[in-house]
Amino acid sequence: MMCLRILATVLLATSAWAIDTDRAFEDDALQARYEEIIEEVRCLKCQNQSIKDSNAFLAADLRREIRRMLSEGMTNEEIYAFLVERYGEFALYRPPASGKTLVLWLAPAALLLAGGLLLANILRRRTALPIEGGELDDDSEPTRTSD
Amino acid sequence: MGRAGYLALIGAFVALLVVFSIGLTRDPSKLPSPYIDKAAPAFDLPRLKQPDERIGNDSLAGRKTLVNVWATWCVGCREEHGFLMQLAESGTIPIYGINWRDNRDDALRWLDQFGDPYVASGFDADGRAGIDWGVYGAPETFLVDEEGVVIHKHLGPLSDPVWQRDFVPLISDGGTAQ
Repeated sequence: MMCLRILATVLLATSAWAIDTDRAFEDDALQARYEEIIEEVRCLKCQNQSIKDSNAFLAADLRREIRRMLSEGMTNEEIYAFLVERYGEFALYRPPASGKTLVLWLAPAALLLAGGLLLANILRRRTALPIEGGELDDDSEPTRTSD
Repeated sequence: MGRAGYLALIGAFVALLVVFSIGLTRDPSKLPSPYIDKAAPAFDLPRLKQPDERIGNDSLAGRKTLVNVWATWCVGCREEHGFLMQLAESGTIPIYGINWRDNRDDALRWLDQFGDPYVASGFDADGRAGIDWGVYGAPETFLVDEEGVVIHKHLGPLSDPVWQRDFVPLISDGGTAQ
């Protein structure tokens, strides 16, 4: 029972990670966009966190700016562009697929494909090898024993 | 797959290894500024010491300047302060400050106590100007040329070695910043 209690507490506690506990917007659509955007923006000060989760000044300031931009009617693209203009593409967890970032996007798939092909090749050769039991099992050869 | 194929794969693997090893030596917390070689962002702030006056891009025009982002709560700013005072006293380059996310009284007291190396400091209470400059942690120092183009950004405290290595070559290009 204790385990269940601990588990329940831990699971509920995750909701405390979001810094903004109150809704930012009355409007559901804006609120949804806000929540989506703040998860996509990296907190450049605490780089392992999004600005949704970070306590840093920068994160709070950026959340405020995003709320302002949303209430001014900017689109998601315009908001991301605003951030990238000031902080560079690293500010977004999913940078736009431009020339430079294309390598970043494609590399994992390319590596997986290459690895997969290699593996397929190796496996295919293994199963294609004839079993050379005839030669190895030649009874005319004395078998070695450890006498 | 023949030998050529295997060699190609191994070659690719080694190439990746090299790229990643180089990458490991880089510090991901030091992000390049997207403003390098571009016009400095527009800003217009009340002056810290004379709130009725303002500083902005016009203040930076006509000669090379430093824009230093600082705050009283920032440990690195305290570290670099001595060097900034030296730099200001040498008259090499005018230094403008952006007092970022700070308390005005604290900031004024700080400058009184430790000295004021700035021609003027702008008071950026809510961090809006900081965001416009792409600031994410104080201290940060921007080198801006005569035309208001950002030519360098330094993250972290300034010091003489950093100054000599990164800033002097950029300033000497066009003569002294007069």
